[in-house]
Amino acid sequence: MALTDRTGEGRASLPPWIKTTFLTLGSIAVTMLGLLFVTFIIGRVMPIDPVLAIVGERASQSTYDAVFEELGLDKPLIVQFGYYIWDVLHLDFGTSLLNARPVSEDIARVFPATLELATLGIFFGIVLGVPLGVLAAVRKGSWIDQVARVVALVGYSMPIFWLGLMGLLIFYGILGWVGGPGRVGIFYVDVVPPVTGMILIDALLDRNWDVFKNAFSHIILPAALLGYYSLAYISRMTRSFMLEQLSAEYITTARVKGMSEWDVVWKHAVKNIRVQLITVIALSYATLLEGSVLTEIIFSWPGIGSYITTALLSADMNAVLGGTVVVGLVFILLNIFSDLLYKVFDPRAR
Amino acid sequence: MADQTFREWLVTDTPTSRRHAKLSALYQGWLTFRSNTMAMVGLGILLLLIVVAVAAPILSPHDPFVQDLGNRLAPLGSEGHLLGTDSLGRDILSRLIYGARITLYIVALVALIAPIAGLLVGTVSGYAGGWVDIVLMRITDIFLAFPRLVLALAFVAALGAGIENAVLAISLTAWPPYARIARAETLTIRSSDYIAAIRLQGAGAFRIITRHIWPLCISSLIVRVTLDMAGIILAAAGLGFLGLGAQPPSPEWGAMISEGRRFILDHWWVATMPGLAIFTVSLAFNLLGDGLRDVLDPKAGE
Amino acid sequence: MNAFNRLLTGAAIGLAVSLSSFAANAETPANMLVIANRIDDVTTIDPAESFEFAGSDISRNVYSRLVILDPMDLDAGYKPDLAESWEVSEDGMTITFTMREGVTFHSGNPVRAEDAAFSLQRAVILNKTPAFILTQFGFTPENVTETIRADGNTLILTTDKKYATSFVLNCLTATIGAVVDKETVMANEVDGDMGSEWLRTNSAGSGPYMLDSWRPNESVTLSSFPDYYGGAPEMERVIVRHVQESASQRLLLERGDIDIARNLNPEDVAGASAADGVVISDELKGRLMYLALNQKHPELSKPEVRQAFKYLIDYEGMRDSFLAGQYAIHQNFLPATYLGASDENPFSYDIEKARELLTAAGVDGLEIELGVREAQERIEIAQSFQNAAAQVGIKVNITVGTAKQILARYRARELDVYLGAWGPDYPDPQTNAGTFAYNPDNSDEANATGLLAWRNSWDTGGLTEKVEAAVTEGDRDTRIQMYLDIQSEFRETSPFVIMFQQIEQSAMRENVTNWSTGQAVTNAAYWQVTK
Repeated sequence: MALTDRTGEGRASLPPWIKTTFLTLGSIAVTMLGLLFVTFIIGRVMPIDPVLAIVGERASQSTYDAVFEELGLDKPLIVQFGYYIWDVLHLDFGTSLLNARPVSEDIARVFPATLELATLGIFFGIVLGVPLGVLAAVRKGSWIDQVARVVALVGYSMPIFWLGLMGLLIFYGILGWVGGPGRVGIFYVDVVPPVTGMILIDALLDRNWDVFKNAFSHIILPAALLGYYSLAYISRMTRSFMLEQLSAEYITTARVKGMSEWDVVWKHAVKNIRVQLITVIALSYATLLEGSVLTEIIFSWPGIGSYITTALLSADMNAVLGGTVVVGLVFILLNIFSDLLYKVFDPRAR
Repeated sequence: MADQTFREWLVTDTPTSRRHAKLSALYQGWLTFRSNTMAMVGLGILLLLIVVAVAAPILSPHDPFVQDLGNRLAPLGSEGHLLGTDSLGRDILSRLIYGARITLYIVALVALIAPIAGLLVGTVSGYAGGWVDIVLMRITDIFLAFPRLVLALAFVAALGAGIENAVLAISLTAWPPYARIARAETLTIRSSDYIAAIRLQGAGAFRIITRHIWPLCISSLIVRVTLDMAGIILAAAGLGFLGLGAQPPSPEWGAMISEGRRFILDHWWVATMPGLAIFTVSLAFNLLGDGLRDVLDPKAGE
Repeated sequence: MNAFNRLLTGAAIGLAVSLSSFAANAETPANMLVIANRIDDVTTIDPAESFEFAGSDISRNVYSRLVILDPMDLDAGYKPDLAESWEVSEDGMTITFTMREGVTFHSGNPVRAEDAAFSLQRAVILNKTPAFILTQFGFTPENVTETIRADGNTLILTTDKKYATSFVLNCLTATIGAVVDKETVMANEVDGDMGSEWLRTNSAGSGPYMLDSWRPNESVTLSSFPDYYGGAPEMERVIVRHVQESASQRLLLERGDIDIARNLNPEDVAGASAADGVVISDELKGRLMYLALNQKHPELSKPEVRQAFKYLIDYEGMRDSFLAGQYAIHQNFLPATYLGASDENPFSYDIEKARELLTAAGVDGLEIELGVREAQERIEIAQSFQNAAAQVGIKVNITVGTAKQILARYRARELDVYLGAWGPDYPDPQTNAGTFAYNPDNSDEANATGLLAWRNSWDTGGLTEKVEAAVTEGDRDTRIQMYLDIQSEFRETSPFVIMFQQIEQSAMRENVTNWSTGQAVTNAAYWQVTK
């Protein structure tokens, strides 16, 4: 969030927007480089042997040595890092040690899965969380406020893997209302051509309603689960922003003028918290986009969270680095985006 | 009678000394806090947790490590095992009670490490400004942009699994937001008149930061830490769930869920009981944090 | 604000209604087999490189070999597959295979002796992990063009000395014996890699199934090969889906969304077997669960201590509780059903006996580190052992790590005690004898990380020579007796506490017939399955 907060300082000779853009890009570059460096170091000092990950338990020493050299592990660390950066600059994330595919190809496969889930999740979070927060603030101290508080605090405090398994048991196992683990039923695999990698959107593009319905029945439960977690956060923050607004003088003035309560709340108060709200939502969205590993494991959802975790535990460093770059980039871009909105909407910040 | 006058002394509008004023403010805060039932419930649960942890050997009906393969997965309320037994026939209640110690240990350590690290980085960065600020904030950004679990996992994997390393790993992912908060507070405080006055009196940077800036940052940090505590407990449980937290046969709650999750369809209580314990403690911290926010940080709460 | 409440209620009802219309499918199509399995161990599907379970499953169904293990008759041992017949020379060093005529690859190319020769040569030259299965016969990248060669319709193998013919042929049933389509593979060669890069993610076989897709950690899709020489399989499509959690697999099975669940834990097996339309099929697998004591440790290397540990395992208690149905007690290095396997299990849980042995060795108050990977059943075995050891004053510190982490320390001879599993690589006794009881050079410099005896710094006390003799013995009965003798000595003297042999429990819909996971000798086969 503070990525661009020093951009206004300094000697002014260029037009400010060029400078801003330049500095923003510079700080992205520096952060990304740092991110890569830390990940790289972690990967190299970790006591998990990437060679063993490839050759397995039975390998003879000669096989082991051959792979060790093939991976360039015999070279000094800084040289290895140099090679890696060079490749990344050419948009080459290398090959996954574990499945022999280009990492970029893997990420193109797993990231849309997470994106789809996170987007639907944050959608639930916003659609339910914002009204709940507003309602709690307007009716402060009432039963609605208490219920909202409990709903939110339970959301904060529940171990997700427990809730996930229970949800699966009840809604899929017993009631059969939703689809089971996985992104889509077996018969719908590969039915629609992959354009975006997000099955719901691909099905829409292909106008294939059966696939859409089936994919929706699979995504609804994990998305609702993630939605609940962002709902908890969003509703609490909304409430606290709203309380601040509702006690402001202009609201009292508006009420005195005889404006309807609906208009007071929605046309004035909510409008004024949109900037803060966007920051909160962006943060929450960024968290979901990291991929919830535990949710992904329970729902057999091949997303980026479990991809990075599996890769990390098997020392598949190309995959970990690639995944981290993507997640880090998404995080930084979302921050910049909310910073920009902040500047557009909030005159004080200009 | 004496009590009465003491209270009057505390709630007075005209404090007679600086200490008096401070105590009075504290007491007023306590009164506000006490009127918040939910927050009191939270506090009560946490006090209970401390009592349970301290008195674990007295309270627990069995040795938490004794196995009995013949009586495994006993249901709730079975004889001698109120909450049943786990996969190796160990008493779940006793394990939960001993597990409270580990949970407290995690909470205490993280609460010590992460905010203090954040406070140091944030205040130095905010007070010094210039290059120091740029470098420190860039580092903070790097850690913020990192997928949190990856960082924690990598750290644990590098240092080896175990509860201390899990705590360190979680702290490592938790400090950047505190640094941000502390920096923001420092920036506001730094330019205030009274800091300028102190500086004129000849106070050095070290003295200003430790004596004047830190105390002012503390309240917002306490609120934030309390609210984050639930997340920290859940993160520790998550590491335990992935087999990277406490080592067996330690009765860490997250590891217990992980062990019990295999039976969730037929023997649901094995995973659910530690799940409930985690839930209760997290909820208590959240309730407490909510209440503290109202007291310490009225702007955000009311 | 009432509008608000109405809005919320409306949304909730709408959601509930729309959800209930997505009733799950009750049954999979009749010509399709859907399997839930953990396939995250598949790192490559090149048969010259593939070595893990799920990868070998793919290979077994996509590639044909010179000889085959018939899933409907595994006891019969190897049978002709792409090789119609074979002859062994007088000196026992040369085997000549005659190839079956009229067989084609999935690409339409004919299967020739040249393809078979190329496949085996390629595996030797690439020298990937499983290459030792072939190189133990003396094939090297340098001599391979002479020792493995095609001549017209025949393939001629020349080994460096005389081996039991059954040993050679058993090795050829392993994944590495797969025959690949030379033309297709070489067309995809990059920088002289013999198509290695390409074959890791693609296939070029002549087996009953063709590979449609492999998505790592997600799914494997196969479709039947209509021109398969043994007749196109009944199941036209086979989908193997990666489902990590046992509970999730069970729910899928009970709902009828899959036909077979392969990774149910004992509790879920018990639960699923009570469900309508689900049956359980048990198959004894070759995997052994064992405890190994590092002989570099001054106390663990005492013979009495090694013996004492064998009495510190609650064999029956574990088998009847958290391992129920999935492990059988087995205390020998050759899995049951193997040639020369022994069913002697002399050790039982006996704290007193262990205490006596430890006292005799003068051991008091030992503290050791036990390494185990983060798999729940293994962690529980470790804890059960820890519990027993504590009763005789041995403090066991368990270190749980990822598979690779623990394995790396084991291979570096760093752990005091290792708890793990070992599965045979090919259906011949040499596969286990050659690693548990064979260690020609016990020095650190030898770096024989592939040998279990070496990893535990055990010089085998003379068993190495006996193993060498047994592998060249031509007479079947003599050979069996030799292995029985080796094992009886091994049980008493070795630092290995072999505990259990795995039983694979597949839970499946009751209409599935002829399912086979390959028992102890091989991998899962799909082509004989009907519904």
